[in-house]
Amino acid sequence: MTTTDTRPTTVRPATEYLDPKLNSKIPEGPIERKWERHKFEMKLVSPTNRRRYTIIVVGSGLAGASAAATLAEAGYNVKCYTYHDSPRRAHSIAAQGGINAAKNYRNDGDSVFRLFYDTVKGGDFRAREANVYRLAEVSMAIIDQCVAQGVPFAREYSGYLDNRSFGGAQVARTFYARGQTGQQLLLGAYQALSRQIGLGQVKMFSRTEMLDLVVIDGRARGIVTRDMVTGKIESHVADAVVLATGGYSNVFYLSTNAKASNATAIWRAYRRGAFFGNPCFTQIHPTCIPVSGDHQSKLTLMSESLRNDGRVWVPKTPGDKRPPSSIPEDERDYYLERKYPSFGNLAPRDIASRAAKQVCDEGRGVGPGGLGVYLDFSDAIKRLGRKVIEERYGNLFEMYERITGENPYETPMRIYPAVHYTMGGLWVDYNLMSTIPGLFVIGEANFSDHGANRLGASALMQGLADGYFILPYTIADYLASTKFTKVDTTHIAFREAEAEVTDRIKRLLNTKGTRTVDMFHRELGKIMWDYCGMARNEAGLKHALEVIPELRERFWREVKVPGEGNDINQELEKAGRVADFMELAELMCIDALHRNESCGGHFREEHQTEEGEAKRDDENFAYVAAWEFTGLGTKPVLHKEPLYFEYVKPTIRSYK
Amino acid sequence: MNLTLHVWRQKNAQSEGRFVTYQAKNIIPDMSFLEMLDVVNQELILKGEEPIAFEHDCREGICGSCGMVINGYPHGGHRGTTTCQLHMRHFKDGDVITIEPWRARAFPVLKDLIVDRSAFDRIIQAGGFISANTGVAQDANTVLVPKQNAEAAMDAAACIGCGACVAACPNASAMLFTAAKITHLGLLPQGQPERYTRVVRMVEQMDREGFGGCTNIGECSAACPKEIPLSVIARMNRDLLVAKLKGVN
Ligand SMILES: Cc1cc2nc3c(=O)[nH]c(=O)nc-3n(C[C@H](O)[C@H](O)[C@H](O)COP(=O)(O)OP(=O)(O)OC[C@H]3O[C@@H](n4cnc5c(N)ncnc54)[C@H](O)[C@@H]3O)c2cc1C
Ligand code: SF4
Ligand code: FES
Repeated sequence: MTTTDTRPTTVRPATEYLDPKLNSKIPEGPIERKWERHKFEMKLVSPTNRRRYTIIVVGSGLAGASAAATLAEAGYNVKCYTYHDSPRRAHSIAAQGGINAAKNYRNDGDSVFRLFYDTVKGGDFRAREANVYRLAEVSMAIIDQCVAQGVPFAREYSGYLDNRSFGGAQVARTFYARGQTGQQLLLGAYQALSRQIGLGQVKMFSRTEMLDLVVIDGRARGIVTRDMVTGKIESHVADAVVLATGGYSNVFYLSTNAKASNATAIWRAYRRGAFFGNPCFTQIHPTCIPVSGDHQSKLTLMSESLRNDGRVWVPKTPGDKRPPSSIPEDERDYYLERKYPSFGNLAPRDIASRAAKQVCDEGRGVGPGGLGVYLDFSDAIKRLGRKVIEERYGNLFEMYERITGENPYETPMRIYPAVHYTMGGLWVDYNLMSTIPGLFVIGEANFSDHGANRLGASALMQGLADGYFILPYTIADYLASTKFTKVDTTHIAFREAEAEVTDRIKRLLNTKGTRTVDMFHRELGKIMWDYCGMARNEAGLKHALEVIPELRERFWREVKVPGEGNDINQELEKAGRVADFMELAELMCIDALHRNESCGGHFREEHQTEEGEAKRDDENFAYVAAWEFTGLGTKPVLHKEPLYFEYVKPTIRSYK
Repeated sequence: MNLTLHVWRQKNAQSEGRFVTYQAKNIIPDMSFLEMLDVVNQELILKGEEPIAFEHDCREGICGSCGMVINGYPHGGHRGTTTCQLHMRHFKDGDVITIEPWRARAFPVLKDLIVDRSAFDRIIQAGGFISANTGVAQDANTVLVPKQNAEAAMDAAACIGCGACVAACPNASAMLFTAAKITHLGLLPQGQPERYTRVVRMVEQMDREGFGGCTNIGECSAACPKEIPLSVIARMNRDLLVAKLKGVN
């Protein structure tokens, strides 16, 4: 297949997929009828039978809370777990910008097909068409549902819902609640979940961390958890397990994710047999506040919307240390406007991020360490007046000033790209089920519908689509078509998993080394950022693959975790998560090394055009890479799910 | 800069706590308050001592996890600022800082600066929602919401559930938190059918959790990092009165 090829005109039946272990179960028929038809063909569990089933939902972010609430409303017994003190604190709370839906309330030509098209293209043709189409299809019901729950979306004076536009789209389809969209959507789902907790239909386990998955007779049948207050290790049985545990950007140590966000749940499932899809697909967001020193504990995102009025520049001469106000106009390089005249400062995330890195690599970066570029509002203030800018971005400017102590009305902001989102995750089929029967994965934790690059305002959409409108159907089909053997926590598989978890905790506590967990985490993050970050190459990745296992060994020899296992021990919690990051990091590098092309957020320096743009290789890499665990230190097995593009013809993304 | 910290240390809910003094050395103004504590904790760990336990997650003022009383003020007393957003440039070399957990009967201390705020969750579970099962909704634009109502609802909905209002209140009352949710939902057309049962249920639960009553002091709103206005409490009281008159119980 080349980029100009026309695609097969029919969708291949599932049986034609090459890898027997990787059946994507895409329903037949035209794309706009697939989901409808599949919903009809799937088996149902009758209302009176639902209470006989117990479903474990790990995670109470947008995906988990919406799924748990909906399953409980339907009448299933739901057990929901979170390591937070309350479901309301999940990382979803921090999303600012908005949520997409193909409502076409603006009458500007939006449609399900256009949202589908934009998402497939934005993902650089590395997502499954059928899934993306379904996502676009259910997007509208999400907005309806949220409004019914009382989510206070922004309104126009008429009382109708307001929309804004976002990167990668030419229509205004983003719904928002000030700069707190994630918060309001999560509170909506949290309230629905709370209602079910109050009714006794959901049993909520807060401050409870899942540390292993239990698979019996090839099916996911439960989890092992640690009570984070008492340290008690416990087993929980269910008929199906849903992971809604979020993304793994924190493998880089510094990211825009909340401090506790981690990969343990999906990593443990991977070790138990769930395949990991596209682990190297990471999104780097171009507008974050730069690192201010070694003490830095996390990075703060500044909304993408700032690029509507801010102009990005660096000095033309490397090493120019003058304050920005003393650098005359003709000695500034507005590099995005120069390189991408038609998109200018609004070039997509991956492209804007790489361009910033490039100028900093040339020694033209600004601020401490030279890792920053200016985002300058002085022209906009001249043109529109300070008041307008204040109305548009007042709260963001305030936040910036609070963190940096600099006033962006007077001196340009400094920004730098930061790791923000992981498109990779556990591989799932059309039913959102992993390669372990009975283990479902939703939200950012799955390998998702975003291909190699996610468009803004689409993660919230996907999390809620999965939780409210897709999983509740597909899980019923699984339950109805499976004969369950009765198991309880005395089963040997639970005993063994508990013993393994307990051992690992003991090992972490007993190592009593000389270095803190954070020291190791920072070191790992630096390796990942340097070699598996915004730009990757063969030599760098190979180097990373040598040093990561060494670091991991040192970690297990030298880590120091004070305290005991039987009470609140935050260092112990962190240590377990970092231990898993150490393993995941290696898989990410293996995947990045094997994907010998550039696509979306995955930029291999060997594969770029003369102007430095990403060069995709559809002939060899139009597939999902799904990795199978074969033991630590042995190479995982690669399974390929070929991607067919029947409706959106792959083209080279150009933003010139 | 170098600082002296008096920090509340308490092993667990059962044991007694006490203040312990630490030195925070080489603190840079650009650090956040939590990053300053990170520095102290790294040192403690290397010395083989248990680090100071405190809650945090987003570190950008939205998750509501963080919260400690700093020199007598919840979140440190800077307008509209959570502890995680407080930066060290507000302090100077040689400062002595006292750090304690939220103090309230309904928020028992679990360890050091960590308290149990699950009482808030139970208040929401009692009625802080609109009963709209997934799938029931009609098109989102069928019911219009006047912009000013949507904005006022959003103002109230901005609450992050941190509990500073309770910590600031001499009666340890949870009125601001509870009233914020009642106001958010009560201002929207979708929230009307359950408006009066909601207020009754939530207030009942609030009392059951052992929060104190409101004597209109206003410390809650002053300490609230999201600047939830006191007027939400007046609104809640009105709704409660109407509910009583309607005989809702
Ligand atoms: C700063 C920022 C801004 C963003 N803005 C936007 C935006 O404007 N629009 C958009 O569409 N997307 C945005 N995103 C992305 C989006 O917010 C996330 O992708 C999405 O919210 C993830 O939701 P989730 O439910 O999958 O996971 P999360 O919200 O991360 O929830 C994970 C849950 O799993 C639990 N959990 C995890 N592991 C375990 C375990 N082992 N045991 C027990 N519980 C566990 C956690 O406690 C939590 O409840 C943004 C992301 C960031 C970082
Ligand atoms: S009302 Fe304010 S202080 Fe109280 S919990 Fe909400 S945000 Fe915190
Ligand atoms: S850590 Fe989230 S509000 Fe402070």
